[in-house]
Amino acid sequence: MDDLFTVVDWSRWQFALTAMYHWLFVPLTIGLALIVAIMESIYVKTGKVKCLAMTKFWMLLFGINFAIGVATGIILEFEFGTNWSNYSWFVGDIFGAPLAIEGIVAFFMESTFIAVMFFGWKKFSPGFHLAATWLTAAGTALSALWILVANAWMQQPVGMEFDPAQMRNVMSDFVAVVTSGTAVAKFTHTVASAWTLAGVFVIGVSSWWILRRRNVELALDSIKVASWVGGAGILVTLATGDMSAVNVAKYQPMKLAAMEGLYRGSCGQELVGVALLNPDKKAGDDIEDPYLFDISIPYGLSFLANHDFNSFVPGINDLIDGIELTTEGDTIRTVSYAERIARGREAHEALRAYDAAIVAGDEVAKESALANLKVNYPYFGYGYLDSPEEAVPPVGMTFYAFRIMVMAGGYLLLLFVYAFIASYWRPKWLQHKVSCVIAMLSIAIVWICSQAGWITAEVGRQPWVIQDILPTRAAISDIAASSVITTFIMFAVVFTVLLVAEMSIMATQINKYSKEDINKIANS
Amino acid sequence: MEADHMTFFLQEYWWFLISVLGALLVFLLFVQGGQSMLMCTRSADDRNLMVNSIGTKWELTFTTLVVFGGAFFASFPLFYSTSFGGAYWLWILILFTFVAQAVSYQYRRKKGNLYGTRFFDILLVLSGAFGCFLLGVAVSMMFFGADFRVSMGNILDPGSPVISQWGDGHGWEAIFCWRNWILGFAVLFLARTQGALYFMNNIQAGDRFFDICRRRVLVNGVIFVVFFLVFVGMLLTATGLQSTGLHTFEPVPYKYFQNYVEMWWCLVIFLIGVAMVLYAVGKSVFLKHYTKGIWWSGVGTVLVVLTLFWVAGYNNTPYYPSLADTASSLTIANSSSTQFTLKVMSIVSILVPFVVAYIAYVWYKMNARPLTPSEMESDHHSY
Repeated sequence: MDDLFTVVDWSRWQFALTAMYHWLFVPLTIGLALIVAIMESIYVKTGKVKCLAMTKFWMLLFGINFAIGVATGIILEFEFGTNWSNYSWFVGDIFGAPLAIEGIVAFFMESTFIAVMFFGWKKFSPGFHLAATWLTAAGTALSALWILVANAWMQQPVGMEFDPAQMRNVMSDFVAVVTSGTAVAKFTHTVASAWTLAGVFVIGVSSWWILRRRNVELALDSIKVASWVGGAGILVTLATGDMSAVNVAKYQPMKLAAMEGLYRGSCGQELVGVALLNPDKKAGDDIEDPYLFDISIPYGLSFLANHDFNSFVPGINDLIDGIELTTEGDTIRTVSYAERIARGREAHEALRAYDAAIVAGDEVAKESALANLKVNYPYFGYGYLDSPEEAVPPVGMTFYAFRIMVMAGGYLLLLFVYAFIASYWRPKWLQHKVSCVIAMLSIAIVWICSQAGWITAEVGRQPWVIQDILPTRAAISDIAASSVITTFIMFAVVFTVLLVAEMSIMATQINKYSKEDINKIANS
Repeated sequence: MEADHMTFFLQEYWWFLISVLGALLVFLLFVQGGQSMLMCTRSADDRNLMVNSIGTKWELTFTTLVVFGGAFFASFPLFYSTSFGGAYWLWILILFTFVAQAVSYQYRRKKGNLYGTRFFDILLVLSGAFGCFLLGVAVSMMFFGADFRVSMGNILDPGSPVISQWGDGHGWEAIFCWRNWILGFAVLFLARTQGALYFMNNIQAGDRFFDICRRRVLVNGVIFVVFFLVFVGMLLTATGLQSTGLHTFEPVPYKYFQNYVEMWWCLVIFLIGVAMVLYAVGKSVFLKHYTKGIWWSGVGTVLVVLTLFWVAGYNNTPYYPSLADTASSLTIANSSSTQFTLKVMSIVSILVPFVVAYIAYVWYKMNARPLTPSEMESDHHSY
């Protein structure tokens, strides 16, 4: 493969493109499913036609969005094989299991009951239909569970061991895989962020109606439900964001350093609130200042990372050099990245020796190679790297994406507090023009926030596919760069065409939904 | 149970589940088959009826493909990495057909559809036809081989670290191989036959529409039988591989014929399945108001496809023979996940009967009354 890096880069672009498009639609699906289920519950309890109209309208938007979500989802699943075939074998024994369970448990539930939800109003009792709607909502959330467990495992590989005979990792503890701190935090954080996103979407669309003086009652009722769901969502998102930070500090310290643009850490490390990164600053350089300007919170990062104001948080250069400080200021040597690379290469050599010993039938050499491999395997992935600097993720993108996510998240918390108070006690506030415009603009903000979160998580994980075990460059398929470039362009065009189609249909449905539609629903 | 026996059992069990999913997928391709016939009528009303009839089932077909892929990934990851990463273009094109299908139902008649209903109807036709054909091509490689080689040691080569390597065609060679076309066309015309049978069962729109469907059953059924017979002839006379060790094989003339003979129960099920499909086609064509053909044909299809997967993978047969390097051929023993993973997933698979039960219940209730034009028009969510 003489064009290895071109294939790797384009494969990454293609996967990123698919994942980002997928994540435009999926959080809305997850969140709207819950909102629709709550609305239908209110309808079944009260029997009010306006509640039915509200349920059916948001269900309609859910359906439009759902289709394109699953369409991009199937590509993601199969891209693990088409573009990342080495990865599929290297960790398939672990990663495949959650994927298969997801299919059996969640996808069938979702696809079966969604048909009832859309087409079963007259074919099933109200109770059964409501149950189907809730099962669809559960199915969408469960669909996220297993893929997020798999993703979390890539960030914090646990419950596995390396099988040198088959040159792959194998699962040894399923419970550890499913219940790792990263898995729990990632699932709750992601699903709650989806509730937040859907809550903002409903508030924004409802505000459009209010601004146009149409379906105002329906809009105000929708905002009430959305405030509950989105409000709960943003609170859980913030709480689990804290859990995520602690996990990142523990298992992916290089990612945390990149998120902060931190090159030399300290005890009682401050948290950068707003800053402009110095573009001349590079890993390994201790001369340039990392920021052109910054506003920081004293002790903030130490507390965020370790829940201890005085704890040490390592920077990029500390990690490369293998340096930590105690709270007393003493220096502790850890494993430097140069040493990690050396040990990774030793692990590769041990694996080669093991393979040769098997062929030669030399038991003594085999045992010796195995022992050497075991000691050095935690650094296996570093054996592929040429220099310590290669282990540093793109700092700029990770840093800014993280700040955008956090700031947008803070803004959304305020938005939900406002929407909640206004919808219950001050409905007139919601009918103010400025309020409506802000709510509508917030739709864009919540999507940017959501995408920024994933960019932080996934770009910050680079260069690893599996943290410390497998770098992206060793995870690919044997395909020509021209093929990947071609399919990247095909996907980009198709997704964009479909996105435009969806947005046009959504906008038209929102714009045209009128009193007549509500009456039609009431009489149907 | 000894560890080796347990592993063997779990591998066979998971091949069985893969077979079940594959067989159900081929049955559910009646959705794609129905789509491929949308342009056979000039009546927009007929087209809307057809779309709304199969429209409540497309997600089931879609999900079955996703689970089929997921289960393959989980239970036989070496197949997943070899086939998907190797036959790149074949799988990418299959994916595009399913993407086109998913959105077309939802968007085709919605207000605000920028591209028009006809655009999405054409997408449905193309995705239906090519989806079936290409899946048939992909499955055909399980019998007639694929252009790959597997070398685990490659993972340690920093310049070219890929374990499974494919020939330069990257799937195009499979798409343009005439032997694969036979099964591709057989699957396509079976799906079209079943699509027409499903319409006869699920749509109540008068004798004219019913007769059109009957004619389609006849035409597509006959073409299907021709392609199917050619495929079966090729299969039974093909020289296959026999495992003699984990990575050693020897060629055996008439291997798949031998598999059917040695696993006689497979042959019995195969013949019953074929008879059921032929019975469904014949009775639907010759009886004037017979609507149950889809069930006979559906069960028959599942039985036939099950046995095809069984003769492909059981009886020491590599289910993915390599044309480039025989020793690289994949068997259920050398490509599977570990015993631990298979065991974990097997525990979860206990839920499968429950899943099948609720799908069957919902299907029964949704299809209890045939779809009529008036019902379709009154439905707020109709496609």
